[in-house]
Amino acid sequence: MTVATQLVPKPDGALCAVARRFSAPAIRDPSELRFGHCLHPLRTRHGLVIGAGLVYPELNFTLPPMLVTQATMPEVRAQYRQMITSALQRAVDLEAPGLVVEFETLPPMTEHPAWAVELTRILLEAMEDAHARHGLKSVLRITPNDLREMERPPRMRKGPLLEAMLETFDGCAAAGAEWLSIESVGGKEVHDEALLNGDIRGVLFGLCVLGVRDMRFLWTELVEIARRHGVHAAGDTACGFANTAMVLADQRMIPRVFAAVVRAISAVRSLVAYECGAVGPGKDCAYENPILKAITGLPMAMEGRMAACAHLSPLGNIAAATCDTWSNESVQNIKLLGGMAPTCSLEQLVYDCRLFNRALADGPEAALLLRKWLVESDAPLDPQAWILTPENVVNLADAIVRAPTPLAAGRDVGLKAVELIREAHRNGQLKVPPRELPWLDRIQNALESVPDNEEAFIAEMLPAVDTTRFVPAEYGL
Amino acid sequence: MSTPDLQPLYDAVLSGDAKTARAVTEQALSAGVEPLKLVQEYMVPAMGEVGRRFECNEYFVPELLLSARAMKAALELIRPLLAASGAQPAGRVVIGTVKGDLHDIGKNLVAAMLEGGGYEVIDLGVNVPPEKFVEVAQEKNANLVAMSALLTTTMPSMRTTIEAFKAAGVRNRVKIMIGGAPITQRYADEIGADGYAETAAGAVPLARKLAA
Repeated sequence: MTVATQLVPKPDGALCAVARRFSAPAIRDPSELRFGHCLHPLRTRHGLVIGAGLVYPELNFTLPPMLVTQATMPEVRAQYRQMITSALQRAVDLEAPGLVVEFETLPPMTEHPAWAVELTRILLEAMEDAHARHGLKSVLRITPNDLREMERPPRMRKGPLLEAMLETFDGCAAAGAEWLSIESVGGKEVHDEALLNGDIRGVLFGLCVLGVRDMRFLWTELVEIARRHGVHAAGDTACGFANTAMVLADQRMIPRVFAAVVRAISAVRSLVAYECGAVGPGKDCAYENPILKAITGLPMAMEGRMAACAHLSPLGNIAAATCDTWSNESVQNIKLLGGMAPTCSLEQLVYDCRLFNRALADGPEAALLLRKWLVESDAPLDPQAWILTPENVVNLADAIVRAPTPLAAGRDVGLKAVELIREAHRNGQLKVPPRELPWLDRIQNALESVPDNEEAFIAEMLPAVDTTRFVPAEYGL
Repeated sequence: MSTPDLQPLYDAVLSGDAKTARAVTEQALSAGVEPLKLVQEYMVPAMGEVGRRFECNEYFVPELLLSARAMKAALELIRPLLAASGAQPAGRVVIGTVKGDLHDIGKNLVAAMLEGGGYEVIDLGVNVPPEKFVEVAQEKNANLVAMSALLTTTMPSMRTTIEAFKAAGVRNRVKIMIGGAPITQRYADEIGADGYAETAAGAVPLARKLAA
């Protein structure tokens, strides 16, 4: 792994002992950046090896419309029991080579860690039963929701919400959840506003100043929890940032080129989890994961067309090009003609994985041919897809690791994304709607105005952002 | 004093030029132009055009928000005069994302669209408990309540909020409109909401229809 272990100061001044800095991309050759293959595979307790020649389905499910309260907990338990039992049975029937289950807690469950732990146990009991009876190997990823944003402006580093969230991680890890993930939200207070205003400097401030600082704080904690329980700190996602941009772009609310640049910049923030010691697989909804895979060489979960049950995207096929687990994001437990939705979703994932794994079994050339189709079927149609071609991913990864600071990395990778999009449009390789073209100039000009010095940038931004939405001290400012 | 050319006010709102919108408004008020005329004949129609351009994908949200801000800058000069003359806004809306739900982008867009439509908007933010909706709607004498939810697991809070209005005996004093990704007209009917809009831009015509 091309990392240099070093001590990095946390925002509160303390040194983060596990931090490492990636000084060069682990994967420089785009042909090495492909599904089911990474430099540092991850082994689970039951012997699944992620990123070593097989892609595994990763299933996430959630409740149908209902409240989660003490009174409804019997029904909540029954729902989760039914979802996992049916999905596991289908995985057995389809002879899945293994299964990743993700349990993403809902806010009331994180507020009441005992509920989250109890539901974790229900899931794990069923998974162990399927292993004992049918030999199905599986692993549970726990993703508590980031509770801190329940309070506005949020308190990021103290208070009962943070405590409940960390207790949820701790309790679920103790119960046997093997991978710890989160969709953390530090910096989102500023970032949401920046997205709506088309303000790329605000995006940079949210992701690379506030976001990076919060990630260092949070992932130092999570890595420590993982170490304590002998489990893995897996990874984070810029879901609340770049996926919000993607969905807004899909609804024609912001330009797609803007969302593409946001995606590239978001990798700087998500990378911090790995700098703090996370080992993958990165969280499924992090569409910036190909860039992180190139930098770290770690396995990554991805989601694409099979996540349409949760949200739409222009990245349905290309997202699969570099996946190590293949996810559906989340599906409600509702009845479909084929069965309950999580079971149907699992079947779709298993069939996709069969295809990936058949190609992998036929050797690198076959895998690269399938990857080519996955990439080229999406890339020319949307700038958000274009920046995720393996060649472009390696370029973006390189721009990030070359930069001396997260701020410079965000600025430089944003400019690189603009350059790649502009060039592809000029060459006729990528469609960019005429009304979006002026935005490339706007974004470039704004990024070029960002100084090298972080303190200077913070001094410029603090008067420009809405400081009623966040507490600077919570970010060490 | 001769009546100034007010077309630049329309143009300034349309192009999101807050500085010009404010300057033209100041000039017009000094020249004795009726404040209500500025709102009804120039600003609201300009925002109507902004909404149209947004609906047919000519404008993105950043452009829409610039226009809303330009209108707001001009309205800051006009509001005190309107209040003094007893003129009322198009309506008073209490808006928020329901309890348990933290998503506010859609709600913020609806708030901006409603402000652009001439409504006075009281934004309660996110994770708003039912009793807060009721309390503020009563306190501010609002005639509309707008609720947003993005999660299937928080949708039921909309029903709970409507029930809270009923329990407080004030359900008939407000019209309640709802929206958000998982919401449908059928759901609105089921929980007894007065209206549902599929898009942020659709909120303004819906508010007008409900207030009619």
